[in-house]
Amino acid sequence: MALTAPADPADLVSTAQPGPPPVHRRSRNPITWVREHIVGIFAFLAFVYLLLPNAVVVLFSFNNPTGRFNYQWASFSTHAWTNVCEPAGLCSSLVLSLQVGVLATVGATVLGTMMAFAMSRHRFRGRAPTNLLIFLPMATPEVVMGSSLLTLFVNIGIPLGFWTILIAHIMFCLSFVVVTVKARMASLDPRLEQAAADLYANETQAFWRITFPLVAPGIAAAALLAFSLSFDDFIITNFNASPSSITFPMYVWGSATRGTPVQINVVGTLMFLIAILAVGISQFVSWRRSRRA
Amino acid sequence: MTAFAGLERGSQGPAQPPPDSGKTRGRWTPYFLLLPGMAWLAVFFIVPVVFLVSMSLQTGNIVDGYELTWNFGTYGDAITQYWDQFVRSFIYALIATVAALLIAYPLAYAIAFKAGRFKNLLLVMVIAPFFTSFLIRTLAWQVILQSDGIVVGIMEKLHIISLLQWLQLLPTDQVIFSPFAVITGLTYNFLPFMTLPLYASLERLDPRLLEAGGDLYARPFTSFRKITLPLSMPGVVAGTLLTFIPAAGDYINSHLLGNTSTTMIGQVIDGQFLRVLDYPTASALSVTLMATIVILVAVYVWRAGTEELV
Amino acid sequence: MSLDSLDPTQPAPVQESTNGDEVSGDLVLTRVTKEFGTFKAVDDIDLTIPQGSFFALLGPSGCGKTTTLRMVAGLEHPTVGRISIGSTDITGTKPYKRPVNTVFQSYALFPHMDVYENVAFGLRRRRKKDVKKQVDEVLELTELTALSRRKPAQLSGGQQQRVALARAIVNRPGVLLLDEPLGALDLKLRRQMQVELKRIQTEVGLTFVHVTHDQEEAMTMADTIAVMNAGRIEQMGAPVELYEAPRTTFVANFLGQSNMVDCTITSTAGDRLIADMHGTSVAMLTARSTVTSGKLLLGIRPEKLHVITDEVPAGDLDVVKGGVITDSSFIGVSTQYLVRMPWGQELMVFHQNRDTARVLAPGTPVTLAWSPEHAFGLSAEQDAHAGVETVDEAAS
Ligand SMILES: Nc1ncnc2c1ncn2[C@@H]1O[C@H](COP(=O)(O)OP(=O)(O)OP(=O)(O)O)[C@@H](O)[C@H]1O
Ligand SMILES: [Mg+2]
Repeated sequence: MALTAPADPADLVSTAQPGPPPVHRRSRNPITWVREHIVGIFAFLAFVYLLLPNAVVVLFSFNNPTGRFNYQWASFSTHAWTNVCEPAGLCSSLVLSLQVGVLATVGATVLGTMMAFAMSRHRFRGRAPTNLLIFLPMATPEVVMGSSLLTLFVNIGIPLGFWTILIAHIMFCLSFVVVTVKARMASLDPRLEQAAADLYANETQAFWRITFPLVAPGIAAAALLAFSLSFDDFIITNFNASPSSITFPMYVWGSATRGTPVQINVVGTLMFLIAILAVGISQFVSWRRSRRA
Repeated sequence: MTAFAGLERGSQGPAQPPPDSGKTRGRWTPYFLLLPGMAWLAVFFIVPVVFLVSMSLQTGNIVDGYELTWNFGTYGDAITQYWDQFVRSFIYALIATVAALLIAYPLAYAIAFKAGRFKNLLLVMVIAPFFTSFLIRTLAWQVILQSDGIVVGIMEKLHIISLLQWLQLLPTDQVIFSPFAVITGLTYNFLPFMTLPLYASLERLDPRLLEAGGDLYARPFTSFRKITLPLSMPGVVAGTLLTFIPAAGDYINSHLLGNTSTTMIGQVIDGQFLRVLDYPTASALSVTLMATIVILVAVYVWRAGTEELV
Repeated sequence: MSLDSLDPTQPAPVQESTNGDEVSGDLVLTRVTKEFGTFKAVDDIDLTIPQGSFFALLGPSGCGKTTTLRMVAGLEHPTVGRISIGSTDITGTKPYKRPVNTVFQSYALFPHMDVYENVAFGLRRRRKKDVKKQVDEVLELTELTALSRRKPAQLSGGQQQRVALARAIVNRPGVLLLDEPLGALDLKLRRQMQVELKRIQTEVGLTFVHVTHDQEEAMTMADTIAVMNAGRIEQMGAPVELYEAPRTTFVANFLGQSNMVDCTITSTAGDRLIADMHGTSVAMLTARSTVTSGKLLLGIRPEKLHVITDEVPAGDLDVVKGGVITDSSFIGVSTQYLVRMPWGQELMVFHQNRDTARVLAPGTPVTLAWSPEHAFGLSAEQDAHAGVETVDEAAS
């Protein structure tokens, strides 16, 4: 190996650059091909890495495992799909997660949008501390937020449960909503509001007829983000929940030690499909709208 | 001068706000808009942190109650006892952040510049895994990395296993429940948080700049290094922060994909709070973790020269 | 959610009647200054724009034209000074209470509304009747009827500009502010819109304040032109007056082209000044000079110069001998010559091709002559080339 090594580079050079100049731009040489498509190859591998677990989740939702754990492929079955609510507590945890998710989304979106408007359309004192207070929750690990809230609730004697979970979720979604809506506001041309004022719209009319409709997609994106953060949260929730308020992620966590029902894969697959479908429909609608004109 | 002052204010009363240039409306409006959200953050973020700090300085137990004794000793004890877990958390988070950056950059670059009309579809594919619960997907890694699985087979063929063993990331032949599995999970879980800010900053880049770069520097790599990379720095900073911070505090991956010697600090805090019920130690660990991260982030942001954080 | 109803400090509007149509009269700016930080974008300008007139603001990029318009529209607050329409002071009036509409330099069309809704916006806000009829009329006028259901993103640049125009003129405001409304249109459409604009203006009797880079547009359309430079009004007047009797080198160079020659006044004779031009004695009208003694810059437009190759014709002419043609270019209606004078300066001459074209070759010795009534005198204490570079930019 060591002896032949010096010869290798020369070989490589001579094969990579043959005497006559190449006629075709798209060379058959695999090294050249790889070099030309290197970014694409990396991106493809990254997608495999990203989507492999989802593929496993979908596949194993049709499994009929032999034991309590759904780790080994046994045989094909649609049992879990037709009996989603069979495992005790699964569907009630799903309902609780949806309830918390919806309320936390509404709360965080309303409060966060108001803050984003204040920050991008108004001048006020104390901008730096405001920025800091919005940034800090995003720079704090979830264990710290969860445990500190727990300390608060324990110290002032608030019983843990639905409301403490909701409070926590609104808190950690808020900063993400502010950042998302603010980004949308920043890309809004301030001259549009000025044009509205020039065309006899007072501040209220200009807000509702121009600013709000144009920022609405940003608000919608923020709401979607808030919902997915809330629905998926485990660590903070786990600190502030009680045994009678088990959210879906808590249910999954518990099942990882007690035995994983196939039904959680069904729920995971359904969530994935609903999301893809929603995105697909919205893309189709906007495509249709742009075609129609 | 005084004559002008008279003209300047003219016929309106004093302190009339200037007719807006988009920024000023009612003087109190911004405060009314900010108040509810700020109050929420103050009461449910700042106040709890104050309680946490106070708890870390108390002594007592869950039965007899606690008393503030300014016992800083808890910090010394907690840090020495869990030093390994602290160091491990930051090392794992750092490796996962670097790995996520290396994977996400080509991905974001390909979506921004090479995807053509599939751009939106690919973006959806980056976000889509989000919608299957984080825990379910992490459990899926248990399936993927199991010892007789296809993935491990491929890794053996490509000698990746021996490489990882040489790098001390795999103490035994088993891939699952190892440091490598934990880092794989961390990288995977926070990859979209790295990809999206990177994509956002790359997408804003004017392709004409790259053409100009190609014109001036000729070599693609040089124009990447001189133009693309510096202009995408805000995305790199945002992405690394959004990956590193949650990764350092995470314990789901180390719990589900690791073993007892991959315990991260989040696991310790969780256990101390919820099972051991040693609140002062748990609080001291939490405060130490938060302080360390805030200091690291502050230094990083300051070095990276990003001004507006939010 | 009325954001401002929450605000207790907001004083009640001073003039409740300042609403829409009732205010009319001349638009007057009194000693208006606008500072951004320490930078004076508009520097102490006084303007009176008679009701119903077509007023053009002309000037190089960044001289403060847009800022001036924005102050009239109420989108920017003057640092010093006041603005009024007729007898009503509107300095502090909210933009939406001013009888003023703007055609924005960047269109600022509402992207989420179609053309029709954009145009109807102002009428709807004022709860006008017959919205449909008025909008349809204006869409007809601007040839947008077929596009009325398109969104702004689906329009070409010129179409967007016509929407911006339609959206403003449908309101028949007392004052219409136009910030380069025709900039993106092709030449044919541009001429057509110029005619339309002028027609609308005379028909409805609106006051138009028109900002443009295009001096030809300004001169053909406007009753009055103000030339701005670095936040100040350099000169204001009828187009002919500005062209024939500029009062600064900036105006002389910015509007058309001028030759500027250093001279020294030696004496006066009746209504004339006698000056020494590098050894030759020349005459000019005292009334057309801003200085009456000492050094001056004698200005003369290229088309007012005659190139003479044989003997000088008799008559009241200033004559300078010893020129040599260094460059000649034939452009059809005229021939342009560069003539090097004995003192080294090159003067530009436009020679009308009234007779059969005969282009003089470079190297030909010539004499230049002009009527003393055509020369103008400017203070020598300014840059003879001020405003020169901007000519190219404005023409492009
Ligand atoms: N909001 C602002 N803050 C600071 N400076 C400003 C602001 N708006 C305008 N300026 C400055 O004021 C000067 C005048 O700007 P203005 O927009 O009035 O120019 P303009 O004459 O309309 O130019 P153009 O013909 O290029 O449109 C410019 O130098 C500009 O940079
Ligand atoms: Mg302008």
